[in-house]
Amino acid sequence: MTLSILYSAFLLSAIGVVAAIILYIVSKKFYVYEDPLIAEVEDILPAANCAGCGSPGCKAFAEKLVGTEDISELFCPVGGNDVMKMVSEVLGKEVAEKDPTVAVLRCQGGCDVRPKTTEYQGPRTCSISAMVYGGETDCQYGCLGDGDCVNVCDFDAMYMDEKTGLPVIITDKCTSCGACVKACPRDILEMRPRNKRDLKIFIGCLNEDKGGIAKKACSVACIGCSKCEDICPKDAVIMDNNLAYIDPIACTLCRKCVVVCPTDSIIETNFPPKKVKVAKDKPKVDKTKVDKPKEKVQSIKKTTDA
Amino acid sequence: MLKTFPKGGIHPKENKLTSSESIKMMPTPKAVYVPIAQHIGIPAEIIVERKEKVKKGQVIAKSGGFVSSNIHTPVAGTVTKLDMIIDSSGYKKQCIVIRTDQKDETNHEILDFPLKKEIIMNQKDILQHITDFGIVGLGGATFPSHVKLDLKNDNHVDCLLINGVECEPYLTADHRLMLEKADEIIVGIQILMHALHIKKAIIGIENNKKDAVKVLAKACKHDKRIKVAALQVKYPQGSEKQLIKAILKREVPKNGLPMDVGVIVHNVGTIYAIYQAIQHNQPLIERVVTVTGKNIKDASNFWVKIGTPIKDLIEEVGGLPEGTRKIVNGGPMMGKAIKNTDVPITKGTSGILVISSEEASRKEAKNCIRCGECVFVCPMGLEPHLLMNLSEKGMYEKASYEDITTCIECGSCSYVCPSHRPLLDYIRFGKSIVKKLATEKN
Repeated sequence: MTLSILYSAFLLSAIGVVAAIILYIVSKKFYVYEDPLIAEVEDILPAANCAGCGSPGCKAFAEKLVGTEDISELFCPVGGNDVMKMVSEVLGKEVAEKDPTVAVLRCQGGCDVRPKTTEYQGPRTCSISAMVYGGETDCQYGCLGDGDCVNVCDFDAMYMDEKTGLPVIITDKCTSCGACVKACPRDILEMRPRNKRDLKIFIGCLNEDKGGIAKKACSVACIGCSKCEDICPKDAVIMDNNLAYIDPIACTLCRKCVVVCPTDSIIETNFPPKKVKVAKDKPKVDKTKVDKPKEKVQSIKKTTDA
Repeated sequence: MLKTFPKGGIHPKENKLTSSESIKMMPTPKAVYVPIAQHIGIPAEIIVERKEKVKKGQVIAKSGGFVSSNIHTPVAGTVTKLDMIIDSSGYKKQCIVIRTDQKDETNHEILDFPLKKEIIMNQKDILQHITDFGIVGLGGATFPSHVKLDLKNDNHVDCLLINGVECEPYLTADHRLMLEKADEIIVGIQILMHALHIKKAIIGIENNKKDAVKVLAKACKHDKRIKVAALQVKYPQGSEKQLIKAILKREVPKNGLPMDVGVIVHNVGTIYAIYQAIQHNQPLIERVVTVTGKNIKDASNFWVKIGTPIKDLIEEVGGLPEGTRKIVNGGPMMGKAIKNTDVPITKGTSGILVISSEEASRKEAKNCIRCGECVFVCPMGLEPHLLMNLSEKGMYEKASYEDITTCIECGSCSYVCPSHRPLLDYIRFGKSIVKKLATEKN
């Protein structure tokens, strides 16, 4: 009895020793040198593997950072300036400093302000319905509401608002990886700089149609009236194709444009309410104007389907 | 046993309600909306200005490149707007709005051309005429015809196939055209044979149009080079590759063209348009459109000016019936639902189909049960269930390896799927992404 225990113990240790020797030889023979810096840099990176930097994962990005001479064009949007500073200390290379950004939704066309004129029965993904036609409403620039952006978000920073049918971005969770911007077939999502208090002013519309048509399709559409352009003291508003765009760098967040917008299509976030006027966060719904296109819709009721 | 293509195919209910209705003349509309992108390839460039007076048949948009086509005004009148309107793609596209001049007689005269048999033009002029008069494939793909006829030296074409198959259910535009303009079509074929030195032409017609087979066979009796082939009724026989396989037993290589196997295929509608262009100097400004649907009162076929809004046509057949759910531009298999009735008729519109709610609704998609029906019916020998999954999961490289780009989008797989899975939707999407990635790579 004792003997068999001894035998097996001896045999197992012998196998162990032999295997150890083989492993040692193999590890020496097939040794691959890896820059220890890569592991060090990888530890600093956020390990989100979101591909926001353009590389497939954090390890690949670390290799790229160590391997490239000039890394001033490389940037980890998730880690931001803090992480890049640490990387710069480890590698001794200069890094660029970028303003932190956050994704914003440039469409306010919820179900209440942008009436549906057709019905789509195909697969519910934005990419397919965008390929088939201009969307269920009369606005062919706005949100399709099938949530491709929500599906690609790795950080749970987005959800679909069931009331409006539009995606909502949770600014605190957004790491500005840019996955949603790539996923959106309509380019509605945009990366905009965020300052300390996350104050932002931007046009919540992409409709390039002429004013009347745009307004008919959606009551909070930008009608291209240029009022914001006229009032802006810094020339931060650019008018192009019946559509205003606020340049985030030139904008000083004075909020003058928000007040003059006749369709409430300029969105301001996280500002304290103004003392005199009511904050224009919520778009007012003009019932009479919304109902008008609906009547027309009934006479030409039909659906688009692939 | 009649000829047909060997692989796959389905036989949907024919529903050819309008096959006995002769082609009526659609009155000239008050205004026409002519899109500048009516063909595959580069959109045409507008060469008219606002408030400019145009004569019937005048070029209003010039071909933008080699794979492009001229566009002519179908009516005499004044250009009122260069506007963006929704076309059959579902998006707003540039179009030219022309208000018809009601006093101008050319708008209302019904042109009755006598049959002109002798071909006096030389080959070069024929091809130039086809280019100038904006002839595109009228079967639905709207591929500019002069590109198809531009033979390179190493291509030896020995056979001209005429596509009179019309395998889509409901549509009867080509059928009626063959019955009413048989002699003209034969002359059109002779023109092409003369221009390209082709010694053989075969007209392929499905056997559900026995009268057309008879009429055309009688019309081409005097010309031994032209034959009529009756084909077994099977969808999608009207597809170029399937038609070549059915009649000539030749297989077009993957990513190849019919030219590679020595064949050129043209639709009967295109042949008639070529006849009009060469013999009577008529640009492509009108075409035959079937307006049909089970609940439509006076469903019929019409000669329609390009740019006529679909609502005019629907009024002509007695208005939209109650319970209409969908209006499809084209046939029920490959056509596309339109967004509103302001969409104009373009060169590619072969039919307008009005579908009621019972017929139109999609059933809820369930899980794939691995029955293999889609593989069985695919005329290209693909595995639709696999392609759908690959495209849904974003595995485009694998999908490209599985030849997703050879899909002809006939929709047979979606038609037979017992689980009502949106196979074609995903395959079409995957195909577009694979094509995009391929062009980016180059």
